[in-house]
Amino acid sequence: MLARYIIRRLLQFIPLLIAISIIIFVIIQLPPGDYLSTYIVQMKNSGTDVDQSYIINLTRQYGLDQPAHIQYFYWITNIVTKLDFGRSFQWQQPVSQILSERLPATIGIALLSLVVTWGLAIPIGIYSATHQYSLGDYIFIFLGFIGLAVPGFLLALGAVYVIFVNTGVSLTGLFSPEYVNAAWSWAKFVNMLPRLGLVVGIIGLSQTAGLIRQMRAMLLDELQKQYVITARAKGLEEKKLLWKYPIRLAVNPMVSTIGWILPGLISGEIVVSIVLSMPTMGPVVRRALISQDMYLAGSFLLIVSVLTVFGTLLSDIALAVIDPRIRFGGVAE
Amino acid sequence: MSARKRRQQQDGTYEVAGQWKLMWWKFKKHRLAMIALPIIVIMYTITMFCEFFAPALPLSRFRDFKDCPPSAIRLRDADGNFVGLHVRLKESVRDPVTFRKVFADSDQIIKLGFFVHGEPYRFLGLFDSDLRFFGPVEKGGEFFLMGTDSLGRDLYSRILFGGRISLSFALVSIAFTFFIGLTLGGISGYLGGFADTIIQRMIDLIMSIPGIPLWMALAAALPTTMSSLGKYLWMSIIMSLIGWTGLARVVRGKILSLREEDFVIAARLSGASHGRVIGRHLLPSFMSYIIVSITASIPGTILGETALSFLGLGLQAPTISWGTLLQDTQTVEALALQPWLLWPAFFIIVTVLMFNFAGDGLRDAADPYK
Repeated sequence: MLARYIIRRLLQFIPLLIAISIIIFVIIQLPPGDYLSTYIVQMKNSGTDVDQSYIINLTRQYGLDQPAHIQYFYWITNIVTKLDFGRSFQWQQPVSQILSERLPATIGIALLSLVVTWGLAIPIGIYSATHQYSLGDYIFIFLGFIGLAVPGFLLALGAVYVIFVNTGVSLTGLFSPEYVNAAWSWAKFVNMLPRLGLVVGIIGLSQTAGLIRQMRAMLLDELQKQYVITARAKGLEEKKLLWKYPIRLAVNPMVSTIGWILPGLISGEIVVSIVLSMPTMGPVVRRALISQDMYLAGSFLLIVSVLTVFGTLLSDIALAVIDPRIRFGGVAE
Repeated sequence: MSARKRRQQQDGTYEVAGQWKLMWWKFKKHRLAMIALPIIVIMYTITMFCEFFAPALPLSRFRDFKDCPPSAIRLRDADGNFVGLHVRLKESVRDPVTFRKVFADSDQIIKLGFFVHGEPYRFLGLFDSDLRFFGPVEKGGEFFLMGTDSLGRDLYSRILFGGRISLSFALVSIAFTFFIGLTLGGISGYLGGFADTIIQRMIDLIMSIPGIPLWMALAAALPTTMSSLGKYLWMSIIMSLIGWTGLARVVRGKILSLREEDFVIAARLSGASHGRVIGRHLLPSFMSYIIVSITASIPGTILGETALSFLGLGLQAPTISWGTLLQDTQTVEALALQPWLLWPAFFIIVTVLMFNFAGDGLRDAADPYK
């Protein structure tokens, strides 16, 4: 049963990937002019001679003289077979090189934020649901509203301002200036912690707010069900009653929230890391977009989208493993 | 049952009350929403008529007052005598320690008043006027409620003009979202089958791409030569191209559940066309859910526009929006020396918070029979 479910999901996964890649390719092609013409203009402006053999080479490699659908074919084949995402004219480097330097940090921070988000939202959601309309519940509801209303970049600005005014330290970047080029050491690690904590906290906050609401609503729903009343009537201890069924049932769907939390966290990471000038993809993507360096920006978008879809797939499978209702419902559909 | 409901039931008003009346009664019970609604109305009114409400024009420069901090509104002068609403003129002095130019209050008084005459403006493009709601009594007085920017322009006036762009942007974008979401959601739910599958897969696809990077990429693809009005419209279309999915899901879900209801079958048997069934019978019965869904997506649109404009990828100067105003705060130095430049953030947060409250109230009210 489970194997069939997984295979079915994997088969749905493939057309989605193809559709994503087509959208990204269209986005790459949107700005007027292509990579080569931009490159030639740039070379001419800087007074360098344009190397004709290099141009011909690139044209052949990426099929730039072909119609769009053939170009797409070249583009996607280069990516799938050689991990060749094209070149960034702004950096004069292969895109894959820039991505391999910066992308792990972005994904690492997003995943760390995911852990923090869940780690905060689930206990708070349980507390709020079991203490409905208490002072604590109202405080968390209020904080949740703030988390929803204050966008990440404003939180980051506010945090930088408050910390700078109070301590004189500019908490931007992942390390203080003296550690940026230093080799990894314990001191460098310690230096990173408050900065990493700030980024993760800010990115996580807005998603946490939504998740707390969901956890609270889900658990409140469960608590109203008849089996809870029955268990209570039979004299089951309140703590045992809570942990045995309602919480387990309410936490299960949390796993499936990955599908919308992950894109949100990555969006948050991009904006917040620009404000805090982190050595991640954010500042690079922004500069790439402003100068319409589309291979770089598009490749980033492609990779994070594919990773998000993959994350959703994993969470769906995980949900099917822990929750038989999904598994059987999914197959019977 | 509340006392009012009981009373209404006794005199019969509860039974005969229409759907919308019941919703209004339920909405009124949500206190935060009842606070939020008037604030939203006030904000839209002020920003719509911002020429009248702003003390200065957004582009007029006070050359001797660059980076001037906000001036406090006072009633009494330095000697404690009552002189009415006024501010003290800022004068430029050197900080004895850092030797930077800073501003300090002087003894000179700038009187303030309501319905004063200032620089002339064209009101909503209709007629010329120089009447202002509130400002310095003398024309061109240096009154900066929220300080000035690095070119010496009054920040408060700019915030009001920026609010007109940011707040109307949300509405324009919502209008596009409404159109796309309703059409595609309606087709998906009403026709079902192949069309439904295609549209549902499209929604899955759009939802799986991280929103802000996608917005950024599409916005960056707009030609740099585009006029500011064109950019404004295209940005709102981009927002709605990505944002329609939530509404389409609501519409589809509602249509699916209503499609087999007796009144729909009756309508169809009486020979009503598809269009008439959707427009006359289905749509009104879930209009309230659409309104909830739309209200819920306004804060996201406002935040998206401000974030993009802040990053330099959305609306761009000379267009004034809350996001472009915040661009000035991108460096720690600017924040530390001119913290008043963060005032637009206050307006963003209040607006989004109010829309969230109102949306919560609407969600409770959407199903008044519960």
